[in-house]
Amino acid sequence: MNFDPRFTGRKFSSVGTRPLRPDGIDKVTGRARYGADFNMAGQLVGRVLRSPHAHAVIKSIDTSKAEKLAGVKAVITAKDLPDLTDGDAAMYDILDNSMARTKALYDGHAVAAVAAIDARIARQALKLIEVDYEVLPHVTDVDEAMNHHAPLINDAIFTEGLEEKPVKASNVTKRTQFGHGDVHKGFAQADFIVERSFKTEQTHQGYIEPHACVASVNPDGTADLWVCTQGHFVYRQHCAQLLGLEASKLRVTSSEIGGGFGGKTHVWAEPVALALSRKAGRPVKLVMTRDEVFRASGPTSATSIDVKIGATKDGTITAAEATLRYSCGPYPGSWAEIGAMTAFACYNLENVKTVGFEVLVNRPKTAAYRAPSAPMAAFAVESAVDELAHELGMNAVDFRIKNAAQEGTRASYGPVYGPIGIGPTLEAVKNHPHMKAPLKANQGRGMACGFWFNFGGQTCVDLNIGMDGSVSLAVGTVDVGGSRASLSLVAAEELGIDYSQLKAIVADTSSLGYNDMTDGSRGTFSSSMATISAARNAIKILRDRAAQMWDIPVDDVVWEKGHAIAKGEKYGNLSALSLKDIAAKSGTTGGPIAGHSELVADGAGVSFATHICDIEVDPETGATRVIRYTVVQDAGKAVHPTYVEGQYQGGAAQGIGWALNEEYIYGKDGRLQNAGFLDYRIPVCSDLPMIDTQILEIPNPNHPYGVRGVGETSIVPPLAAIANAVSNAVGVRMTHIPMSPPRILAALDAEREG
Amino acid sequence: MRYIRPLSIEDAVGELAKAVGPAAILAGGSDLLVRMKGGFIEPELIVDIKAIGGLADISETADGFRIGAAVPCAVLGEHKALKQAWPGVVEAANLIGSKQVQGRCTITGNLCNASPAADSVPALVAAGAKAVVAGPSGKRTIAVESVPTAPGRTSLAKGEIIEAILLDKRPVHAGDAYLRFIPRTEMDIAVVSAGVNLTLDDHGAIKTARVALGAAAPTVLLVKEAGQVLIGSKLDEATLERLAKICAGACRPIDDKRGTIEFRRKVAGVLAQRAAAIAYKRAGGK
Repeated sequence: MNFDPRFTGRKFSSVGTRPLRPDGIDKVTGRARYGADFNMAGQLVGRVLRSPHAHAVIKSIDTSKAEKLAGVKAVITAKDLPDLTDGDAAMYDILDNSMARTKALYDGHAVAAVAAIDARIARQALKLIEVDYEVLPHVTDVDEAMNHHAPLINDAIFTEGLEEKPVKASNVTKRTQFGHGDVHKGFAQADFIVERSFKTEQTHQGYIEPHACVASVNPDGTADLWVCTQGHFVYRQHCAQLLGLEASKLRVTSSEIGGGFGGKTHVWAEPVALALSRKAGRPVKLVMTRDEVFRASGPTSATSIDVKIGATKDGTITAAEATLRYSCGPYPGSWAEIGAMTAFACYNLENVKTVGFEVLVNRPKTAAYRAPSAPMAAFAVESAVDELAHELGMNAVDFRIKNAAQEGTRASYGPVYGPIGIGPTLEAVKNHPHMKAPLKANQGRGMACGFWFNFGGQTCVDLNIGMDGSVSLAVGTVDVGGSRASLSLVAAEELGIDYSQLKAIVADTSSLGYNDMTDGSRGTFSSSMATISAARNAIKILRDRAAQMWDIPVDDVVWEKGHAIAKGEKYGNLSALSLKDIAAKSGTTGGPIAGHSELVADGAGVSFATHICDIEVDPETGATRVIRYTVVQDAGKAVHPTYVEGQYQGGAAQGIGWALNEEYIYGKDGRLQNAGFLDYRIPVCSDLPMIDTQILEIPNPNHPYGVRGVGETSIVPPLAAIANAVSNAVGVRMTHIPMSPPRILAALDAEREG
Repeated sequence: MRYIRPLSIEDAVGELAKAVGPAAILAGGSDLLVRMKGGFIEPELIVDIKAIGGLADISETADGFRIGAAVPCAVLGEHKALKQAWPGVVEAANLIGSKQVQGRCTITGNLCNASPAADSVPALVAAGAKAVVAGPSGKRTIAVESVPTAPGRTSLAKGEIIEAILLDKRPVHAGDAYLRFIPRTEMDIAVVSAGVNLTLDDHGAIKTARVALGAAAPTVLLVKEAGQVLIGSKLDEATLERLAKICAGACRPIDDKRGTIEFRRKVAGVLAQRAAAIAYKRAGGK
């Protein structure tokens, strides 16, 4: 790769402006096509039969009656998805999660599926499938699952990462540890120590668009899949592997996406739809209901976290320690590991230790949710940091500033930081008018910090220049938060043309090289890098064509403000050629003009944010109301500031829901009690104040424009900021998320009764 | 499935009475369609009552108001005289679902759905509202609190339809109010709720009082003792405290996904106090 990604500090003309979003009209008029909006002639309706049991052996499945029902074209079970994973344990888990093979591992686990000519017949067919279950004891709580008396979910799992190899199977799949220094020594030096245990309940990303796809498998071994996803190339790889198809013969087209937030990084229904289509010989549309989305997609972990932090009287943290237990659903994951890495990432610590335990439970398989695992760790740590500041008699912001990580700090998870934004976000918060605004009775203010790694990864972009001088940009990272607009701005910046001359699309998997999915806040970071590279490659060709048109050496041609300019006095009479002029002649100067780029975008800059929240609590009912909310976050460089602000607000809004009311509630029978938006309470519009934002720009040295990912960090501080606000409002430390009114009222009553 | 849209209440009653399989009445459909779409019920007959004469109207009679069974809740909010006479009933009806749902849903449907958490029902019970029931053997008028018998069950016999809800004419110095607890600001279902209806004497003391609680027992509760404790008072602090205590004690709540027993008991009392204060003020009390 002949591309220098280093930050140059150039002046911008397009980047940093706020043009209208290119997908806006389609979305507000209903013309945009989401996953369920694609249709094919002869298409069947797919429906999935799901286990009503949290844990059960599937003794037998009789599909004969369903198969005989008129209008049913295919019925499948795990037998129709044979194991082709060849020892790849992670892929086997994806297969088993798509269709249970020997055991149903959670309420909602798919056990069979039908394709029929309409939804009514498909529903009737499901009722005719007879499954003989042997119900097993189950466990849904993360702490209970760690108890050695707990029902074992997988007796082939032995805890990894222990010093001594375990002899007994366990629901704990892995132990991980991070840190440096000596925490025992550090705590011995402390004048004040805060030690507390915290719990957070499981939440769902809550995207409005349910999972939806249309699958069409042809007899010649080729197939098409239209699907709502954050990563169509990854879906292609996984589906091809599970179905035994060649990756290049499975063409996956991503639809517009009605929210993903990490939840659309994983296949569930797609392999099932392909298997149904293969068996029926017709296209199959499979759309999950909301109930299915809650029960059988990928919510985030429930957690149980212990934190201990010590400091000297002057406010220096001497040691920090955390033990983090994260539920993974019934398959191994690395969620506690990520929590353990992020827990103390905001601070400059001499002695720090974090330990993570991955825990199996009879709940759906955990998937990523926006900065996965970090919000819960931040809740526990930032609550303890706040409490410690109170004990020290120090201002909570000043205490954090004193201990904040900075350039050169060795992060608690290992690396040494470059230029980072935690200090600047804290200073900005300290000086923000929000911090000085008066509070009324029953109101409290809280603040908290958050960290996220960000990610780069494999990226491929095509930039094609039309003969009329317009430019199309084909990218492979699904647009989940405005990347088409941002990438058009970046291409316009490099080429020196106007934003309106560009149109960006998300290309299908057969039209572009492999791209990692849109996760890790990588969409704009990595695809902008590839877009800059592709544009620069196109500029090389544009200069070459101009040189041909002028019949001068290409080295004498430079590219400035969208024009080829002949450099030097001897060319004084040559007027500049615009991109449009060169494009118009391309047919006679060598054919179409395009720029291509494929790269691994390294150097995603870490991201920090600090949030402030004011909350009012009704002491008689425990009801809460967020009165004011401010997000301060480092963007590196905000390519399209309106979208960046939207990301800040969106993360805060999701965090507010998580902090106050959202939770998976399981009954004693192991069944999910609230698989719908009535009783899984995400905030409605009137629940939220206008969320204020402040963008800081501390350039990422590893990106030409200084861009950092911005999508995820904004959900990291809210749980803690809100918990601190509630605790300050009511004078009782809240340790269990969500802080629903019954929990707050119970905490207040316990305090009143002493 | 058969869908019919009869033009008279007699036809509707007749069709329902002779139905062999499961039958359902369709007014706003905000409960029925959701249940059908969720696959919880598959009725063989749906009787749409919206075209029946008079069922879509609110009329003022010599005795008060008659609200047809097909009147959407949003229309209640636009009826000035009704709103002035029974602000608590109207505010309860206008809390159901979202704006869009309120354009379809009806208080009669809310009553017949027989949810203990139904928003309009505690307000109607407190108001002493009556239901006009049409059936195969003619018409009868019953107290609304006698309609729901258990969650999802009513006292209505096969073929019976509630065609209207009746509310009394208001004396001077009367006021009602309804409050519910939800963790959000709207588009939610009551965790617990309270409706209070008061009339005052010329000196501002409470003359009559009815208190009803929602989501606090298998059906909406009329707490007679809570009404009695208010009578003669001007809502002094001691009375309010006794009111809360009686309401908390009258509850027979459950622990579920929406709240705990302790929470419901406590908040039932708080809401009754607050609703009583609003009703008292509306009645002109000071």
